[in-house]
Amino acid sequence: MAKILVITSGKGGVGKTTTSAAIGTGLALRGYKTVIVDFDVGLRNLDLIMGCERRVVYDFVNLINGDSNLNQTLIKDKRSDNLYILPASQTRDKDALTLEGVQGVLDQLKETFDFIVCDSPAGIEKGAHLAMYFADEAIVVTNPEVSSVRDSDRMLGLLSSKSRRSEQGDRIKEHLLLTRYSPERVENGEMLSVSDVEDILSIPLLGVIPESQAVLKASNQGIPVIMDDKSDAGQAYSDAVERLLGKEVPHRFLEAQKKGLLKRLFGG
Amino acid sequence: MTSDANLDLLDNDPVFHLKGGMLAMTVVELVRQAPERFAMQLAEKVEQAPNFFQDTPVLISLEKLDDRLDIAGLIALLRICRDHGLLPVALRGPEDFRPLAQQASLVLLPPGRGREKVLEAPEPEAQAVAQQPAAAQKPGAAAQPAQGTPTRVITQPVRSGQQVYAPGGDLIVLAPVSAGSELLADGHIHVYGPLRGRALAGVRGDTQARIFCQSLEAELVSVAGQYKVAEDLRRQQWKEAVQISLDGDSLKIAAL
Repeated sequence: MAKILVITSGKGGVGKTTTSAAIGTGLALRGYKTVIVDFDVGLRNLDLIMGCERRVVYDFVNLINGDSNLNQTLIKDKRSDNLYILPASQTRDKDALTLEGVQGVLDQLKETFDFIVCDSPAGIEKGAHLAMYFADEAIVVTNPEVSSVRDSDRMLGLLSSKSRRSEQGDRIKEHLLLTRYSPERVENGEMLSVSDVEDILSIPLLGVIPESQAVLKASNQGIPVIMDDKSDAGQAYSDAVERLLGKEVPHRFLEAQKKGLLKRLFGG
Repeated sequence: MTSDANLDLLDNDPVFHLKGGMLAMTVVELVRQAPERFAMQLAEKVEQAPNFFQDTPVLISLEKLDDRLDIAGLIALLRICRDHGLLPVALRGPEDFRPLAQQASLVLLPPGRGREKVLEAPEPEAQAVAQQPAAAQKPGAAAQPAQGTPTRVITQPVRSGQQVYAPGGDLIVLAPVSAGSELLADGHIHVYGPLRGRALAGVRGDTQARIFCQSLEAELVSVAGQYKVAEDLRRQQWKEAVQISLDGDSLKIAAL
């Protein structure tokens, strides 16, 4: 049974596309047939993060309009046989998406894939609404910062009132993913802590991704950060994927690194 | 008492807790002393909604009673009530009634403040629904449909951007209320999670409406149009359990 997963946040720039790429790749590496769908029509980014921008021929809007078929449009990832990308159109805008069109594409994808990861655009307008409307589960990406938390809260409200599941009297399973977390800044009182955010949003915590140089490096190289298993961010995303699949994994990277004795003596 | 229990006497573990509670109760307000007519009229009411009156605790109010009531009259009254399924638990009236209450083994409560609503028996349809879970019915629950002021109960978090309105009644929220959300009720508002959004009670002008919350972190609270914003609220009882009511022209915030 295919599962539709939406990566959403309300606010822009918090790491939705990075997360979509990482979680999608993580699921594929664990043997699940996965497709990542870029809903950000007009601001196509997922192909860059996934490093497949040079192979885009057709896009999501072509597929909805019947200009291309699924085989022509899906881009197979070079690193995993289980992973495909459905790119957004860069030349159109979000009005090119329709509810029936999106439903038709998702129904087709459901026949072959285990996981359909929908990378939502920022905002709460049509594009974001269509990305989350058919979802079974939602990962709400939030930065430890008040405006991001409020926008996520707004998005959670929409998930529970404006989705197909809510219209059927059901609920979308919600997960909180805290990104760009810096324990040092939390200790100095410059950043909201995990418990502050959990307290406000009151949904289960899927993972905490530490602020990391590895994320920017991975984006620029077009390699999902989860492939960088030496980096803290990559490991944190791997843990999040395990939790998404139902395993219990303790949270890491929540505490500031203690400076060693030598570092303290010589000011490391 | 067994010998085991004697040993336990030194144990400091509390055997009971003293707790305050509020519950809705049906008040039978007696206007005149006429046992036969009382019996007949009560029988009529009970016939309309037998379920509603089954084992219902009632308070007998004697405040509006013009003529004196003696013990024989009271006992006759109590018997009529019990015959119809009502369970009188207390009298209400001035101190003069204390000997009478003691003779009848009832509690005497001080006079009310005249805020009760007139109860109508439930509609036949409502009654049919109520009949199914008869065994589980509590007196308070049975009184709800009769008031005609539906209470709205919200169990999911109220998120930023959401608005919840309880027309004609109270609003109870058993989850967090986020900043940027709005609660509206014609009656009272109760919030059992942190209240971080706006809460407006008595929006149609009920000056008796109140707001109760476990943790006051609201952006704005209002009772019948009188409001306070977070900047003022922060000065006292911030993040504490409070009730907010209207005191003349201003809002009074008191610890719970």
